[in-house]
Amino acid sequence: MMELALGIIMGCCALGAGIAMIAGIGPGIGEGNAVAKACEAIGRQPEAKSSVTSTMVMGCAIAETTGLYALIIAILLIFVAPNAMGNVLVRLLG
Amino acid sequence: MKEQTNVQAGNFKLVDYCYLAGMLLPILAGILLKILFTPASSGIQVTGPMIFFTIPMPVQDLPITESQVNSWLVVISITFLCLYLTHGIQAVPHSKRQIVAEWIVEKTDHLVRENMGDFFMGFVPFIGAILGLSAFSSLLSLFGLFPPTSDLNVVAGWAIMVFVLITHYKLKGGIVSYSKSFLEPTPVLLPINIISEFATPVSMAFRHYGNVMSGSVVSVLVVAALQGLSNMLLGWLPGFLGEIPFLQVGLPAILSVYFDLFSGCLQAFIFAMLTMMYVSGGFPKEDYERKMARKAAKNQ
Repeated sequence: MMELALGIIMGCCALGAGIAMIAGIGPGIGEGNAVAKACEAIGRQPEAKSSVTSTMVMGCAIAETTGLYALIIAILLIFVAPNAMGNVLVRLLG
Repeated sequence: MKEQTNVQAGNFKLVDYCYLAGMLLPILAGILLKILFTPASSGIQVTGPMIFFTIPMPVQDLPITESQVNSWLVVISITFLCLYLTHGIQAVPHSKRQIVAEWIVEKTDHLVRENMGDFFMGFVPFIGAILGLSAFSSLLSLFGLFPPTSDLNVVAGWAIMVFVLITHYKLKGGIVSYSKSFLEPTPVLLPINIISEFATPVSMAFRHYGNVMSGSVVSVLVVAALQGLSNMLLGWLPGFLGEIPFLQVGLPAILSVYFDLFSGCLQAFIFAMLTMMYVSGGFPKEDYERKMARKAAKNQ
């Protein structure tokens, strides 16, 4: 019984981590768009390269945030949640 | 006369060496602490900061963790770096470090003036301190130490400080205009406005923490995978030949350049940029000027 419960907990944590990382699609598309537009801008106006690049890097880092939230959730699910939930289970079932 | 200048130069150099020692000794102390306190364990683990000891407190025990100790070491190191850079400055710079110090000050001045305007020039030391502390904390992982920025508590502390600053500057226009700003553009959006007010420090803290921590976690995982691969390929060889970590030579170094150097410095820059933008963006300039004009009229 206990083994089954622990197995379900660990499997669901891994599944949840995988599903959470679907959020990586969004920042990928967004940053790709930003970099594409920045490349166009540099091609049109090569003298503005430095300011375009710094603005792009800044925007990319902000667009990355949602992906990082997902990554934090995934890391918590893999490394922290199984232990915490296992402890709860042990305390409940004795 | 000549002897005197020589003696002065000797003293000058001695102080310099003391400053350099003050910069390097905290890092050495951190490495020593890490070696002394790391428990003997097998395999690669992903854990939070080590807890050196706990101080009993009435409400909750206060743990002294690696991140606190390391951030204090970074603070000491930066203090001595500043002392070293500004030692013996003159009106006309003739030493390299004075030029470096002036370059840092000029760049920070320029950054703040570009992003915040002249009213906020008092923010230059604060922004410089945030940039330096954050960048050096992240770069501490180059020495194999635990970077304080990969602990959520440290970065959350900075974010709460920034939140207090934002609210302070929003309140400069008077409490009425501050409360009114929650009802814009329509009063229906009041709950969303309140949530977005508190989402600012949360998102700032999670952004910085997530970047630095994910970098270290990914590096650890890659090193573990490469270790497994090279064991698999060379494991059949006898003796120590089977334990040569030949696959771990190149890739972790490249990852470290990205995650430790680039990402750490970029996150420091972004934290400082967001601080400047939020503080100067939330400041109600017209309301503040109106209030000041009213006050001046009342005093006359």
